[in-house]
Amino acid sequence: MLIDLFKNRTTPLLNIYFTAGFPQLDSMPKVLKTLEEAGVDMVEIGMPYSDPLSDGPTIQKSSEIAIRNGITTDLIFEQLSESSSKIPKVMMGYFNAVYQYGVEKFCKNCQKNNIEGVILPDLPIPVYLEKYKVIFEQYGITPIFLITPETSEERIRYIDDCSSTFIYAVSSSSTTGKGTGIKSAEAYLERLQAMQLKNPILVGFNISTKEDFDFATQYAAGGIIGSAFIKSINETQDLEKDIQLFIQSIRPKI
Amino acid sequence: MKENYNVNQEGFYGEYGGAFVPEMLYPNVEELQKSYLGIIQSADFQEELNQLLQDYVGRPTPLYFAKRLSEHYGAKIYLKREDLCHTGAHKINNALGQILLAKRLNKTRIIAETGAGQHGVATATACALMGIECCIFMGAKDIERQAPNVARMKMLGAEIVPVHSGSKTLKDATNEAIRDWINNPVDTHYIIGSVVGPHPYPDMVARFQAIISKEIKKQIDGNPTHIIACIGGGSNAIGAFYHYLEEQNVQLIGVEAAGLGIETGQTAATLALGTQGIIHACMTTLLQTIDGQIIEPYSISAGLDYPGVGPQHAHLHKTKRVHYASVTDKEAIKAAHFLSRTEGIIPALESSHALAYLDKMEIKSTDKIVINLSGRGDKDLETLIKTLP
Repeated sequence: MLIDLFKNRTTPLLNIYFTAGFPQLDSMPKVLKTLEEAGVDMVEIGMPYSDPLSDGPTIQKSSEIAIRNGITTDLIFEQLSESSSKIPKVMMGYFNAVYQYGVEKFCKNCQKNNIEGVILPDLPIPVYLEKYKVIFEQYGITPIFLITPETSEERIRYIDDCSSTFIYAVSSSSTTGKGTGIKSAEAYLERLQAMQLKNPILVGFNISTKEDFDFATQYAAGGIIGSAFIKSINETQDLEKDIQLFIQSIRPKI
Repeated sequence: MKENYNVNQEGFYGEYGGAFVPEMLYPNVEELQKSYLGIIQSADFQEELNQLLQDYVGRPTPLYFAKRLSEHYGAKIYLKREDLCHTGAHKINNALGQILLAKRLNKTRIIAETGAGQHGVATATACALMGIECCIFMGAKDIERQAPNVARMKMLGAEIVPVHSGSKTLKDATNEAIRDWINNPVDTHYIIGSVVGPHPYPDMVARFQAIISKEIKKQIDGNPTHIIACIGGGSNAIGAFYHYLEEQNVQLIGVEAAGLGIETGQTAATLALGTQGIIHACMTTLLQTIDGQIIEPYSISAGLDYPGVGPQHAHLHKTKRVHYASVTDKEAIKAAHFLSRTEGIIPALESSHALAYLDKMEIKSTDKIVINLSGRGDKDLETLIKTLP
């Protein structure tokens, strides 16, 4: 369970984002199993979308390939149901895909497949509260909201109140994979830490190396790596080996 | 109960509209939502804009009684001559409005998307006039088919960023512009060219284009029976309809691009074929798969080659206040040639879709039809010349 993961952690949590249906249509079960065995704490499963506005070229490309491979929302749930991995999972996607699938059916399938949280960056909080909170709660799904360096303190407090597992702190005002450097987020991360929010924070964007991860997690419960991970398996000939190598580069085995 | 055709406090037209933006854009969009009405309704803003519309754009544009066209169809037909605006289309009305707004918000850089290049040219023009940095996103396919407008933007000093993702057209140019805005949230204003995008854009752009119907009201004796306009995102149409929405005896007709035909799959007829969902941060009708992936549209007209439609149009469609039809590439081309030879006016391929609808409607001799001639056809000559009859 996510909540236990955050409560019992002794070291910073490593959350890996990957695109479902990429690099091959049926890669997900293998990706999940390999990440779990490599010691990753949790995963964020990306639902590919044709027009991902918050994403840079790397995730755009992986999404395009996954859609071309034939991934669908149904297939994602089907693959999840066949996976034996027990790693804590959240899903990330754009609201239109969930809206077309049906919010209730989506939440129900998340619950069935042990998806505990959902990140929908373009679902406005007021719309969530008014229309979908009841459904999310009925199936025990928690929404995960984003904050950025431009988010006001008042709004951060509001988002903290609306959250119940963790807050996703975007480290720069940018699309994913921009690589503006995590160090420039220092003042922002210090400010967040000093706010003593109720929910733990995972930092995402601009984390691609061990050094970035170690830096970001001085201020937060953990870090999220997306584009850098996707890049590491873009041209892979041996998926398991490349995943293991990447995770070891972030978190060397002692 | 009387229908409300305009936007409500929360930014919705019925169930359409809203601001489905990621948190990275929230401060920008919130700033606009809070400030746009106050700024554009202020006396100094209105004075500056009206002066520019008059002296720089050349407004009011004529409402021209097209005698030979009228004789041909056996009714009174008027053309609202937006093609005579400086830069050759209605897009300048909005670009000037938004640049004055951007100045008041202390923005130092402007970005915009463009399809046919008319909005790009209008924005580049407004930026040159105000001495503000300008960056235009344009699909690689559109750069190819709208070369004259690309050259004009370069002359005006704008930077043009070719977009190679997706269908390499308007949708993808809009995606890239939004991504640029996410990456430059503080100093940049995004001038959206149509009545699409997150609230308050659809309402703001509609207000800037409403000058079209405001002038028609003054220029025509009594009410027209019909107003016809083409629709991609739908800004010229909203402009032409705006002050007639409450006048139920005026038939409003929006004409979408059917491309090769709505049954062929090679089409941009969103309201004919689309379903409800989110595109470019607003809830509207769009062309999409059952999985919610956006379908790449097709039209010969770059300005109509868009898989969504403004949320107000989705609402006007649902409430049946506006009748939406579609015409094919072929029909639009035929109309472009016909107007050129009948009235000596070469229309844009976009506007030709509105003209082509004349062949599809039942016309009575007592009809008084206004067609919004949204732009001129110079940019389309390369396409049109190949189709000379």
